[in-house]
Amino acid sequence: MSEQLAMLPGYLTAHLQLTLFALLLGAAFSVPAGVLVHRLRWLDQPVVGTASVIQTIPSLALLAIMVPTLAALGVQSIGFLPAFIGITLYSVLPILRNTVTGLAGVDPALVEAARGVGMTPVQRLRRVELPLAMPVILAGIRTSTVLTVGVATLSTPVGAPSLGNYIFSGLQTRNLTAVLVGCVAAAVLALCLDGLVRGLGASIVRRKRGWAAVVLTTIGLLYSFTVVSLVQEARAGDTGRVVVGAKTFTEQYILSEILSGHVAQTTGAASEVVSSLGSTVAFDALVAEEIDVYVDYSGTIWATIMRRETAAGDREAVLGEVSRFLREEHGVEVAGTLGFENSYALAMRRQQAKDRGIRGIGDLTVYARQMVIGGDYEFFGRPEWIAVRDGYQLTFASQRTMDSSLMYQAVAGGQVDVISAFSTDGRIAALDLVVLEDGQGAIPPYDALILAGPRLVRERPDVVAALRQLTGTIDAEHMRRMNLAVDQDGDTPATVAALFLRELQEARAAR
Amino acid sequence: MLIEVIGVTKRYANIVAVDDLSLHVEAGELLVLLGGSGSGKTTTLKMVNRLIEPSAGRITIDGQDTATIDPHELRRRIGYVFQRIGLFPHMTIAENVEVTLTLLGWESARSQRRVDELLELVELAPGLIRDRRPSELSGGQQQRVGVARALAASPSVMLLDEPFGALDPLTRDRLQQSFLRIRRQLNLTAMFVTHDMVEALLMGDRIAVMNEGRLVQIGTPGELLRSPADDYVRRLMDTPTRQARVVEALLEDNPA
Repeated sequence: MSEQLAMLPGYLTAHLQLTLFALLLGAAFSVPAGVLVHRLRWLDQPVVGTASVIQTIPSLALLAIMVPTLAALGVQSIGFLPAFIGITLYSVLPILRNTVTGLAGVDPALVEAARGVGMTPVQRLRRVELPLAMPVILAGIRTSTVLTVGVATLSTPVGAPSLGNYIFSGLQTRNLTAVLVGCVAAAVLALCLDGLVRGLGASIVRRKRGWAAVVLTTIGLLYSFTVVSLVQEARAGDTGRVVVGAKTFTEQYILSEILSGHVAQTTGAASEVVSSLGSTVAFDALVAEEIDVYVDYSGTIWATIMRRETAAGDREAVLGEVSRFLREEHGVEVAGTLGFENSYALAMRRQQAKDRGIRGIGDLTVYARQMVIGGDYEFFGRPEWIAVRDGYQLTFASQRTMDSSLMYQAVAGGQVDVISAFSTDGRIAALDLVVLEDGQGAIPPYDALILAGPRLVRERPDVVAALRQLTGTIDAEHMRRMNLAVDQDGDTPATVAALFLRELQEARAAR
Repeated sequence: MLIEVIGVTKRYANIVAVDDLSLHVEAGELLVLLGGSGSGKTTTLKMVNRLIEPSAGRITIDGQDTATIDPHELRRRIGYVFQRIGLFPHMTIAENVEVTLTLLGWESARSQRRVDELLELVELAPGLIRDRRPSELSGGQQQRVGVARALAASPSVMLLDEPFGALDPLTRDRLQQSFLRIRRQLNLTAMFVTHDMVEALLMGDRIAVMNEGRLVQIGTPGELLRSPADDYVRRLMDTPTRQARVVEALLEDNPA
């Protein structure tokens, strides 16, 4: 718990930065846009319609779309910017719609009175229409505030830290304390910010100058704090820090901590971890030099980046081709193979496999029609699945997509019969599951590769050299144990990584 | 201050709201525009301060064509009292009264003095009422504030659009008397719209009877009563006397 709370100031600050600036920009756009729509009625359909369409896009998708969009524009595509833009877009509709509704709700007799006493259109807006619409506009800002705090938790996968880091990593590493801390913190933050906006509205309507001053000062302090923290981060960002990426599962959290710790220990370079990146976001981020290094798997590059559909052949051949492809196409260097494979594998309950005499994937062909298969978010869209499905002619009764952290429980509990497991997951052994043999070699090999991005290759040969030292230091059994320590024993990825690095140093010293 | 309406027409799509209307209001005179709903009386009034722009014709005030004056400048020089009162609910009474003064850039101390003076003129106690909100006042008090607001910038022309129509009879009577006193005191030139025959006879120096966008007859109450121009005016003029006769008959049938 205290370990989780120690991360709170950082995540909370990051969350505030995203939320407050998205709201500010959202309101700064939406209120004037609402006024314009009110004056020029023909704008209603195009403007409010567009905002409504944006709102219907699932927030996670909206944020994810920002990554390739910004990359295509050649600006920062991972981290603060994509999250900030996505959240801002999301904050627009409630404020815009309430501004239009609020202005339309002003009694026409008062509008005529305002004209009659000699107000110009601008004076009428400022002195009569906006003040009278203010309660409705503020209600819209409150809706947006709560919405924005919630959506900001989804900025983690696009590389912007937030309270969502607790939730994403907590769900993956089965750390419910972390999930709870993240949810409670986000809820409390939403309530506090909502309270501030409500307080501001009430004090304006009731003309409590003192209260309004107190609330405005508080809001002002919050903004100054976030501006200062952003400026500090921007300054710190240029000191040649090595940024290590991690995708959204336990093994990646552990490996990113290991890489980061090792680089810091051997080269003295400052390093940081950006975790819970979406799977392809991580590779895009490496190529775009938003991160410097992360671990990926040869088969993943083979199938999803190189788009090869044919079976791969042996480990060495795939590794050679992947390395050449990465160097020539993207300027990415394979700084080393860690020494284990984490491949996609089909797994099922040992007892059920035994009862039916199933040993390989080929034996499933007969039974598949009565079975349910569970896969992670990507699996059923990946070429490996297509290869397995077509190669073994598998037709399952149904297929279910679920979070990878839940698949193992699901198969152990009998909700599904077969899952797309990861071969290094400690839960395969812990839950008495069995991995089915891939006799045809439909699934490519998945050597864990340390990928060094173009910036490191160009500017930091010392860091690349340090990363090379990790070659062959982790075998599959070791990785499985480390995964299990987090998933089952409740250790944090950081402590597991620290233990590994200590053992590595001791082994070196002994030699 | 002389108002001249010269050949003014207002057309909406295929409806003619006001049809080639010509009339004038003498300086210091109160002209009542009388007619039923849809007669064009309110449209005529609103064309004087350009809340509605005429389709044809022109309106001059003291010889100056209103079309050549910036509309909001024009409206600041003309007092306007609304049928639905139209006090701004988010402002205090003082802020409502001084709104035109603020627009004219008066300094605060001067407009505060003016507000108190105006509230006293409309028979409200400034100390009690200055900082209240319109919603805390009765309908009669609200319309007194409405009159004070219209008078704030000392306009020499006032436009009143059925100002007392929504008030109960006793309150209406008191406000009518107050307004007659104020307009004599300030020598206002005014146009006063009403559909109430009795009010027209009580308030107007002259009455312009309108029907279906046209001017039917214009004259003093005496002239209209004695020689109505047509059947419509005659029936209109008969209403108060007919009602009075009913009241008298009731009194005779039920002596005290």
